[in-house]
Amino acid sequence: MIAALKAHLPILLVAVPLFAAPLCALFRHPLFAWTVSMLVTAAAFAGSLCLLAMVMAGGPLSYYLGGWAPPWGIEFRLDAVNAIILVIVAGVGAVTMAYARASVGQEISRAAQPLFYTAMLLCLAGLMGVAATGDAFNLFVFLEISSLSSYVIIAMGAERDKRALTSAYTYLMMGTIGATFYVIGIGLIYTVTGTLNMADMAARIGELEQTRTIPVAFAFILVGLALKLAMYPLHLWLPNAYTYAPTVVTAFLAATSTKVAGYASLRFIYTVFAADFAFEERTLLFLFLPLGLVAMFASSAVAIFQSDVKRLLAYSSIAQVGYMVLGVSYGNVTGLSATILHLFNHALMKGGLFLAVGCVIFRTGSHSIDAFRGLGRQMPWTMAAFVIGGLALIGLPATVGFVSKWYLVLGAFERGWWPVALLIVASSLLAVIYIWRVVEIAYLQPAPAGVAVKEAPLSLLLPCWVLILACVVFGVYADPTVTIAETAAQSLFFDPGAGLPPMDGP
Amino acid sequence: MIDFAQVLSHYNYWVIITLMMTGLYIIVARGNLIKKIVGLNIFQVSVFLFYITISKVAGGTAPILTGDPDTVYSNPLPHVLILTAIVVGVATTALGLALVVRIKEAFGTIEEDDILEIEHALESETEPQA
Repeated sequence: MIAALKAHLPILLVAVPLFAAPLCALFRHPLFAWTVSMLVTAAAFAGSLCLLAMVMAGGPLSYYLGGWAPPWGIEFRLDAVNAIILVIVAGVGAVTMAYARASVGQEISRAAQPLFYTAMLLCLAGLMGVAATGDAFNLFVFLEISSLSSYVIIAMGAERDKRALTSAYTYLMMGTIGATFYVIGIGLIYTVTGTLNMADMAARIGELEQTRTIPVAFAFILVGLALKLAMYPLHLWLPNAYTYAPTVVTAFLAATSTKVAGYASLRFIYTVFAADFAFEERTLLFLFLPLGLVAMFASSAVAIFQSDVKRLLAYSSIAQVGYMVLGVSYGNVTGLSATILHLFNHALMKGGLFLAVGCVIFRTGSHSIDAFRGLGRQMPWTMAAFVIGGLALIGLPATVGFVSKWYLVLGAFERGWWPVALLIVASSLLAVIYIWRVVEIAYLQPAPAGVAVKEAPLSLLLPCWVLILACVVFGVYADPTVTIAETAAQSLFFDPGAGLPPMDGP
Repeated sequence: MIDFAQVLSHYNYWVIITLMMTGLYIIVARGNLIKKIVGLNIFQVSVFLFYITISKVAGGTAPILTGDPDTVYSNPLPHVLILTAIVVGVATTALGLALVVRIKEAFGTIEEDDILEIEHALESETEPQA
C-alpha cells in the first residue's frame, strides 16, 4: 500500500486536489469544503516533502502517466529544482488554507465559500502540475488550469471592492496572451523537433540551434512565461490583482504563482534550450541584467509612495522578481542558486507579510496604510510578524532575505560585476524605506482615539507566524535550503536534459 | 529578391500572422471589454490555425486508419493538442464574459475609459484620509 502510494506520488500530488475540487462544489457546505481543502493541502505538503527527500536521496524521478513511456506519453519528471517548488506551493497552500477558515469566513459570503475553495484547490492542482510535468504542452494545460482558477479567486474580492473585477479582467487578458505566446513557442519547437517531452526536446534542439525557428520559439516562450512571472515591463496586471484579491488569495498567489512561472522559465532556459544557447546569443545577459536592475529600483521606488499596504507589498514583489531575474542574468551557478534560493525565501517572507496584513484587515477592515496607526501596541503579535517579515525583505542577517542576497552578491563578484553588488545593497535601502513607513505609522503614531482594535485571533496569527518563523529558521540555519538550491542549480546548469528517458521505441 | 511563388505558397502563414496581429491590435486599441474578448479570440484562433497548418503533410489524408499501408496521413498530434487549446480558449472566453457581466453590474458600463474614471474617483475618495 505504502509502496504503491510512493510509486504514484508525483501524480497523486496533482490528482488529489484536482478531484477534491468538484467535491467542494457538489456539497455546498463551507465547513465541509474547508475541511476537505485543509486535509488535501496538508496531505499534498506531506507528499511533496516526501518527494523532495526521495529526490535528494536518489536523484531525479520519472513517472509515466498511464504507463506510456515518453516521448509518446506524458512524463512527470522530478529533480531537485521542481521538488523544492512543489514543497513551496503545497506548503504555502497548507498554511494559507489554515488561515482561510477565519479570513474567508469574513471576506466572502457563505454561499460563495465552497466555490472559493473549489477554485483554490484547482489553482493548487494546476500549480503543482506545472511544477511536476516534464511535457511542454501538458505544462500549458496546467498553467491555464491554475490561471483560470486564479482569475476566479481574484474576482471574488469583489464583495469588498468592485475593482477586484476589473483587475481580474486585466489579468485574464494579459495571462491569456502570455499563455498563447507560450503555445506558439511550443508549436514552433514541435515543427522542428517533433516532440513535446522537454528532455527529448533538449536532446534534439542541440543540432537545430542554427535554424531561425528555435530562437523565435525561445523568444515566444520567454515572453509568454515572463508575463505570468510579472517580470518587470510585463508586470502591469500584478499590483491591482494583489491589492483587490481576498487576503488569502493574495498571500497564496504572491508566494506560489509567480514562483511557479519563474520555475517554468528556468526549466526552459536551462533544461530545454541549454544555458550556452541562451547565453551565447547574449539575449539573457543584455536583456535580463538591465531589466532585473530596473525592476529592483523602479518598483521599490514606486512601492515607497503607496498609501495601500497590500499594493506596497505588490510592488515590492515585482522588485523581488527583479532579484530573481538578476540571478539568472549572471550566467553562473552561484547566480542561479541565488535565484532558486530567492524563489523559496521570497515565498516565505511575502506569504508571511501578506498574512500579517490580512490580520490587520480582519480587525480593521482596511488595508490602507492609515489603518495601521497605533497598531504596534494594539496588535503587538501581528505587527511583530510584519516587522520580522519586513526585515527579511530588506535582507537583514539571520533572516532568509540575507541568505539569498548574500548569494546574489557572491555571484556578482564571481562574475567581476562589483557595481551590480553595490546596486543590490543600494536597492535594499529602498526596501528599508517602504517597510519603515509602515513600521513608523504602526509604532510611533498614536492610535485614533476611541477605536479599540483587538489582537487578531489565534487561527490567523498561527499560520502567519509559521511562515514568519520559517523566515528566521531558514535564515539562521540555511544549510538545507542552500544545499537544495545548489544541487538544483548544478543539475540545471551542467546537464541539460539529463537522464533522458530510455528510448526503446522503433 | 523576394520569391513571390514561395510567399504565395505559404499563404496560410500570412493568414495566421494577419489574424494574430488583428487580434492583438483589437485587444490593445479597443476600449469596449466585450470587443477586447473578441480580439483575444481572434488572436487565439490564429494559433489554432497555426497548429493545424503545421500538422498538414503534403498529400496526406485525414488521420483515420484506412487499412492500406501506403496511405499518407496528416499528423494527428497537433490536432489533438489544439482541441485541448480550444477547450482552454472556450473556458477563458466564458470566464471573461462572466467577468464582463459582473463588471457591468458593478460599474454600470463596459467601456474601459468610463471604468477607469470611476476607479480614479474611488481612489481619490479614499486618498484624503491617507
